[in-house]
Amino acid sequence: MSDTYDILIIGAGPGGYVTAIRAAQLGYKTAVVDREHLGGICLNWGCIPTKALLRSAEIFHYFQHAGDYGLTAEKVGFDTAAIVKRSRGVSGRLNGGVGMLLKKNKVDVIWGEAAVDSVAKGNQPGQVTVKESKRAEPPKGAKGAGTYQAKHIIVATGARPRAIPGIEPDKKQIWTYYEAMVPEAMPKSLLVMGSGAIGIEFASFYKTMGAEVTVVELLPQILPVEDAEIAGLARKRFEKQGIKILTGAKVTKVEKGADSVTATIEGGDGKTQQITAEKLISAVGVVGNIENIGLEKLGVKIDRGIVVTDGLGRTNVPGLYAIGDVAGPPMLAHKAEHEGVICVETIKGLHTHPMDKAKIPGCTYCQPQIASVGLTEAKAKELGFAVKVGRFPFAGNGKAIALGEPDGLIKTVFDAKTGQLLGAHMIGAEVTELIQGYVVAMNLESTEEELMHTVFPHPTLSEMMHESVLDAYGKVIHT
Amino acid sequence: MPINVLMPALSPTMEKGNLAKWLKKEGDAVKSGDVLAEIETDKATMEVEAIDEGVLAKIVVPEGTADVPVNDLIAVIAAEGEDPSSVQAASGTNGKAAPEAKSEAKSAAAPAPADQNTTPGGGHMSYERVNEAPEGAQPGGSPQPQGAGGRVFASPLARRIAKQEGVDLAAVEGSGPHGRIIARDVQAAKASGGTKAPAPQAAAEAPKAAAPAPKAASAGGAPAGLSLDQVRGFYAKGSYEEVPLDGMRKTIAKRLTEAMQVAPHFYLTVDCELDALMKLRETLNASAGKDKDGKPAFKLSVNDFVIKAMGLALTRVPAANAVWAEDRVLRFKQAEVGVAVAIDGGLFTPVIRRADEKTLSTISKEMKDFAARARAKKLKPEEYQGGVTSVSNLGMFGIKHFTAVINPPQSSILAVGAGEKRVVVKDGAPAVVQVMTATLSCDHRVLDGALGAELIAAFKGLIENPMGMLV
Repeated sequence: MSDTYDILIIGAGPGGYVTAIRAAQLGYKTAVVDREHLGGICLNWGCIPTKALLRSAEIFHYFQHAGDYGLTAEKVGFDTAAIVKRSRGVSGRLNGGVGMLLKKNKVDVIWGEAAVDSVAKGNQPGQVTVKESKRAEPPKGAKGAGTYQAKHIIVATGARPRAIPGIEPDKKQIWTYYEAMVPEAMPKSLLVMGSGAIGIEFASFYKTMGAEVTVVELLPQILPVEDAEIAGLARKRFEKQGIKILTGAKVTKVEKGADSVTATIEGGDGKTQQITAEKLISAVGVVGNIENIGLEKLGVKIDRGIVVTDGLGRTNVPGLYAIGDVAGPPMLAHKAEHEGVICVETIKGLHTHPMDKAKIPGCTYCQPQIASVGLTEAKAKELGFAVKVGRFPFAGNGKAIALGEPDGLIKTVFDAKTGQLLGAHMIGAEVTELIQGYVVAMNLESTEEELMHTVFPHPTLSEMMHESVLDAYGKVIHT
Repeated sequence: MPINVLMPALSPTMEKGNLAKWLKKEGDAVKSGDVLAEIETDKATMEVEAIDEGVLAKIVVPEGTADVPVNDLIAVIAAEGEDPSSVQAASGTNGKAAPEAKSEAKSAAAPAPADQNTTPGGGHMSYERVNEAPEGAQPGGSPQPQGAGGRVFASPLARRIAKQEGVDLAAVEGSGPHGRIIARDVQAAKASGGTKAPAPQAAAEAPKAAAPAPKAASAGGAPAGLSLDQVRGFYAKGSYEEVPLDGMRKTIAKRLTEAMQVAPHFYLTVDCELDALMKLRETLNASAGKDKDGKPAFKLSVNDFVIKAMGLALTRVPAANAVWAEDRVLRFKQAEVGVAVAIDGGLFTPVIRRADEKTLSTISKEMKDFAARARAKKLKPEEYQGGVTSVSNLGMFGIKHFTAVINPPQSSILAVGAGEKRVVVKDGAPAVVQVMTATLSCDHRVLDGALGAELIAAFKGLIENPMGMLV
């Protein structure tokens, strides 16, 4: 059985399926291959189901603090199985939605493990062999194993949790996000290795659900990619909630007991300590899925586990493209989606530009939320910018007080010379929904003037975004 | 109903032009087909013809005005039976026509009003207009309000950087959505030395200006050399006459400076023996029939052979029949050969299309027509745009050998010297033959040395065995 596609995408994660839909919109005969689930990790084991879990935790937290709002709630409790079931239900619903979208756009879904045999040469299309997948049942209407021809092949195979030698996840006591997503029972104590978005979100969830949580971070700062000031505020809030945080610390050894793990942790001061917990979550980053898809054989250039592309998705092998996590950091769904669109539009010959990675926002959905875009204050200074920094605290915002969320900060970093908004960094309630205002401003190349001239609605949390800009230029009103 | 005369677009890409000359005065009777005015674009001068009858009531844009946006009101014709002295611009066709017509007396008196959008600060005007209500500017008799055609779309950050760095946004090409100028375009323009302080009009008025900005560059977007004041400083005052630049001079300065900076040139020189060609030319010219006036139907020049040979050479070396286009090469099937025609105050390079296919007599006829119309500045833009290569022949001035600057976007140019008798060694003995030296300037982005050599070898082969051009 043989079919020739214009575009064949390996991987139906957020990058892959969005790319497929855009390709179909551009009139290409398109197929997308996956071995396990439409929507990828994001939709099934990442972004979406964690948000469902965190929502349960948030509401549980409100119930526990009902008195703060003049309410009474008694016998507040939770059912772990029901929380997990809700989370899986959310994933399942969206997973089906992706299938519908692909069908609507006449994108073929091929089920199995794909490997690229050859790329297009002259009039000869490239070839991909798809082997049967034993991981999951194919969705309805999917094509099966076989060889498929395609003029353009896009690798969008995503990433998987990084494993540290000696601390390999065992699905029992040492978890990755897979197991942490579907606990059978809430652990009483938890050790989280890594304080990036994944580690911190699980730390926040399990702490709210009552676990004793310790976070171990190798670097001197938690949330290492965030602005130091914001990360410092986050740390204070986490510690106030009772999360124990060890920075500049390394897990050197893990011993597994019957129902627990004991980790030996070496601090920055050289002192070691042992912490025993029921579970350990390994959240030390992800690595690209670049193996067993034929890349080595084709001579695709790979640098430190990342497929090298030209910024428009093209690899060094004509006819073969890579987008999303396999094409390098930041390994975020929205980056993958955007990269995929650029890739197919480039194939179409549309006028495209490589994505400006300095304008990709990042969000962490812990309590309090953290969101940022662009350069941190330290990075901006390191790059030689003379900066103007604005800050506005939640305590000065009427809506925040009314919400009962007086803790948080919105920080803006401007180039003093040109007024360019270099970065924005936020911590506090709902900031993940606010950041996009600054992202739009940055993409329109606004200076402080346009932001100052913009009318922000009252009463909203967004007013703080205005005030932060005003503060950078000494014009703040409410502090 | 008075009739508005608008600035015409002489080519699809034309955005503005200079109003060179009015051929009718206010009060003159006008009938359809009369030439009202001459419009000068960067290269051509074209005539504006009346398409209605009446009396030229008002001249809104005085002659000598540079950079008049297309579709701007330039004059008003009073229709038959209307009183020319009371005619106002017809409303509705052009939003800014009415107020402009009112201030016409003042604007006519004002010295050559410049399009504000192209003056040094002009790039920022539409940004600053937030604070400056256009209504407030009108009563003051602003000679030319913001023209919609001249608005520069640029991001706020791009505008601010442009202002700080003295980059003229009007000279910057935008790479953002819908061609909007974004910060990186301004930075790139700055890096490539594209800082251009005075707009063309400002340059023309420079003799009167006290001190242009220190970064003053030559007009037309060419990179800055010495400033006007610096150059003046080298010469005694009164020892020179200052000649304003016309559109052609600006274009030549801009394009060819850019060509030398952007296209890496290298040069290949060959000597071509002409004896066979001269003989063939004589035979062919003698065989030409007579036309109805009793004159020979054609008279082939050596240059006609050179054009034909270049056309054929391009098709024989297809890889050389190509031009550079940012991130790719455009390769052509047919040969388009431009021919430099010197005229008073500049030059044109009309393009002979399909030079490979055309007969020598056709090429000869086209060239005669092109040359005559070039001298009258009556070539249409589409007649001198495009081309893959050009031929520049200075043989008639006795030049033996020279190198020429490639005319963008072309990828080569052939500099042809005089055919002259030279002593060469033939079969071990000195012999007198007629020789012409030709030098090909190649754009190395498209043509490598060997490819250029192949092209000029093909050319030499055809010149020396000219019968090949007849079949």
